[in-house]
Amino acid sequence: MNNSLLTILIENMLINNVVLIQFLGICSFLGVSKQMKPSASLGGAVIFVITIASAVASLLYDFVLEPLGLDYMKTIVFILVIAALVQVVEMFLKKTSPAVYKALGIYLPLITTNCAVLGVALTNVQNDYNFIESVVAGFGTALGYTIAIVLLAGIRSRINEADLPAPLRGAPIVLICAALMSIAFMGFAGLS
Amino acid sequence: MNKNQNQNPYLERLYNGLLKENPVLVLMLGMCPALAVSTSASNGLGMGLSTTAVLVLSNLVISLLRKAIPDEVRLPAFIVVVATLVTIVELVTQAYIPALYAALGIYIPLIVVNCIILGRAEAYASKNGPGTSIFDGLGMGLGFTVALTLAGLIRELIGAGTVFGNQVLPASVEPIGIFVKAPGAFMVFALIIIVQNALGIKTRQRELVEEGCTGQCATCKISCATGEAVQKARDEKKRLEEEAKAAAIAAAKAAKEARDREKAAAAAAANAEGKEVQK
Repeated sequence: MNNSLLTILIENMLINNVVLIQFLGICSFLGVSKQMKPSASLGGAVIFVITIASAVASLLYDFVLEPLGLDYMKTIVFILVIAALVQVVEMFLKKTSPAVYKALGIYLPLITTNCAVLGVALTNVQNDYNFIESVVAGFGTALGYTIAIVLLAGIRSRINEADLPAPLRGAPIVLICAALMSIAFMGFAGLS
Repeated sequence: MNKNQNQNPYLERLYNGLLKENPVLVLMLGMCPALAVSTSASNGLGMGLSTTAVLVLSNLVISLLRKAIPDEVRLPAFIVVVATLVTIVELVTQAYIPALYAALGIYIPLIVVNCIILGRAEAYASKNGPGTSIFDGLGMGLGFTVALTLAGLIRELIGAGTVFGNQVLPASVEPIGIFVKAPGAFMVFALIIIVQNALGIKTRQRELVEEGCTGQCATCKISCATGEAVQKARDEKKRLEEEAKAAAIAAAKAAKEARDREKAAAAAAANAEGKEVQK
């Protein structure tokens, strides 16, 4: 496997898009994508949290869990660390940069149970990424999430104007859009 | 069923999870694993049963511990319980059903963040006895399993022409391969919801997608941890507002008291003056 950082970034951002190909973080992808602005803010918050979480998880795994042979504890440790981390990030932002907090704040609690965060941490371990690679993979994944949710928000703001048959309104048309986006993203498989 | 519903709380719980509040088809919870592992009927069934096992055990443990867990730390406590059970299920699957373990991959540890499990812990098991909690978990788990198997069945049939791995469509029918790939998951669930909408079956899907996730989780009947966090933020805000209000009232009271004192002092002064004048 060619582990150059750019390959990892592209792979996690486009080829294995976290939402459209791996189906992680679907709840917020469907729930928050109604308008462009909240989607972009959530994307920002996700980039922030996933990048930090993958860094912390990677350090923990390499220096605590693996040397102690506690590999099987990773699910428990990661989920607790992520939950605590989001709280800390929230408090830190509140104190240091109120402007950023105002933009991202309400989305931070939403991210705690976003399975994408735990998913990235576990995938990094599975792929044997080192610290830098983990951070890049996390950043790429989060960027992929942001691209997907912003694109869907754009599509949805147009669909709102459309005259749809009644049974299609709401969730079904959003899922169909996601399906079409997913087909488009499958095209990136050729990049690998 | 209706009669049973009134008579037998255990059957009522099963009915509730399977049909009335089916987590995937009605409440639209746990969509991530539902979309991801419904590539074939057997994968859907395997994932459904693994989740059911975790759900039943977590409901049991949390119901037994419900009086021991302090209210403030209940969510982290629930998460630890669920994560422990998931790890056990993961190790058991790895040891005894390696084919399933390989097929489900990362989605087994991700059962931890499945909304349904924390949602049931919070909404049911932490408030009810172990007996009905087990059946609540069983009902919800089986509802999840049925939905996943159904979606897996459809995807496998259209995408590969097989059912549980057995060829059913004649070889002359070309399967539509995209249905077992990622886009097919979105499409099949869209189709299922369209059929439900057309038949007039009430679901929460529209609500979720129309009104957005930010608020709905906290108000939805099965509050997942996300909703809990949002609710907590709201409570905190409310508390702060109340405190501010109380502070304002106290300030007003203090001001009034100060005024009263001033008045009294003025009156006393006036009195004294009057006395002096009289003298």
